[in-house]
Amino acid sequence: MVIVAEPKQVVAPGELLAEGDHQLGDNSFKVGTRIFSACIGIFEVDGNRVTVVPLKGGYFPRVGDLVGGRIVDVGLSGWTVDIRAPYEAMLPASETPGPRGPRRRDLSESFDVGDMVLSQVLAFDRTRDPLLTVKGPGLGKISTGRVVEISAAKIPRLIGRKGSMISMLKRETGCQITVGQNGVVMLWGKSPENERVAVEAIYMVEREAHTRGLTDRIREMIAKSNVVGEVARTQAA
Amino acid sequence: MEKLPEPKQPEKLIDDKGIRIDGRRLDQLRPIKLEVGILDKADGSAYIEQGKNKILVGVYGPREAHPKHIALPDRAVLRCRYRMAPFSVDERKNPAPSRREMELSKVIRESLESVVLTDLYPRTTIDVFIEVLQSDGGSRCAGITAASLALADAGIPMRELVAACAVGKIQGHMALDLSDAEDKYGEADLPVAWVPNANLVTLLQMDGILTTSEFEKGLTMALDACKTIHGMQQEALKKKYLVIKEVAEEREETEVVA
Repeated sequence: MVIVAEPKQVVAPGELLAEGDHQLGDNSFKVGTRIFSACIGIFEVDGNRVTVVPLKGGYFPRVGDLVGGRIVDVGLSGWTVDIRAPYEAMLPASETPGPRGPRRRDLSESFDVGDMVLSQVLAFDRTRDPLLTVKGPGLGKISTGRVVEISAAKIPRLIGRKGSMISMLKRETGCQITVGQNGVVMLWGKSPENERVAVEAIYMVEREAHTRGLTDRIREMIAKSNVVGEVARTQAA
Repeated sequence: MEKLPEPKQPEKLIDDKGIRIDGRRLDQLRPIKLEVGILDKADGSAYIEQGKNKILVGVYGPREAHPKHIALPDRAVLRCRYRMAPFSVDERKNPAPSRREMELSKVIRESLESVVLTDLYPRTTIDVFIEVLQSDGGSRCAGITAASLALADAGIPMRELVAACAVGKIQGHMALDLSDAEDKYGEADLPVAWVPNANLVTLLQMDGILTTSEFEKGLTMALDACKTIHGMQQEALKKKYLVIKEVAEEREETEVVA
């Protein structure tokens, strides 16, 4: 039970993390009693568990994930959606809200090629392509606001420990922000200026995800931009 | 413009003091420069300069397999293309894929396959493009070194980085990291790729004739060099992030002071 690598530091693939009976977290693997990193990332120790939080990498679907996607094809019984994963996702017509039963009308009336949809991964098991649903509060076509696409690997940092980063962003910029696990971030602000600052802050999180004191730096950046978040909201209320 | 010197056979590959034509000792590597993440559109990329070699590698994936029939149900397909630019050598190289390029694509792919955790991404492909912009001997090894960096830069899970280096025999002596002239006019060439922690040799080819003891000496030299290169790879990979970290945290400190 020895931690070899320095916690919170950048580790490369194949770097020795720990030796002994630790619990394996994401992006780590064991050879004998030695535990190695499997990717470039930040080494984290949580009790007995060793993890590498990746700094780069694409999105891999998981059941229950909230994802933003773009419609790439309209079929007879559903849509094909690009959710920035290595697999094409299917959104069946039966997973849209509304009356059940056979529908005669053209599906492109609901969603057409190029539309952005906010959806949830309903099923995915590596042998079949992911299945999506837009049944649920807030899910469906996105027709207003702004969409920012960042690396899916940086989403945990954008949310922060217990949501600290994202709640700060919402508060300080006065924007409503929805984070898709696949790196698609949707936001709605009171003014284009508020949205611009929020977008800039999100890109800053992506770029500097592995640095210390990021939340404070971003708060400062927003403060300097003279965008009023909370104050404006209280006035509106 | 400075004209490239005409390729001609040097009189001696090693002088009386045991120094090679480019001024190196027998056990010395050429200067290596490694850079990571220099292409915007690729998921991962790396650039290597080793002597006069200049090689650019782009990695895409894991992504949907096209054509679909090449996809494997239990793991990702690793595809690899080694290509030499028409201007990479003295005489213009025909841009059509040659026998040599196809062979190198295959051996490089096999070398990389042993470290990439392909079973994490079934039914997908990972594409590696190795473009030799300027060639100076030992480009397959430099290609592997850069390709494993580019894979790591793409965030693709892998056991570790692969380092590669060639040794050869010139004028009866074993010499490390042959240059183009030494490769052409020397007696033997032995490229080696090595995975340090697992202690696996993932590429071993030989061109020419070596005795058993020469081979053993050469292999030891190559593995030592791979160890050095492996350290440089790790450093290059982390550097990209450490630079951002330093700049960001320094900015914060100056702001606090102000």
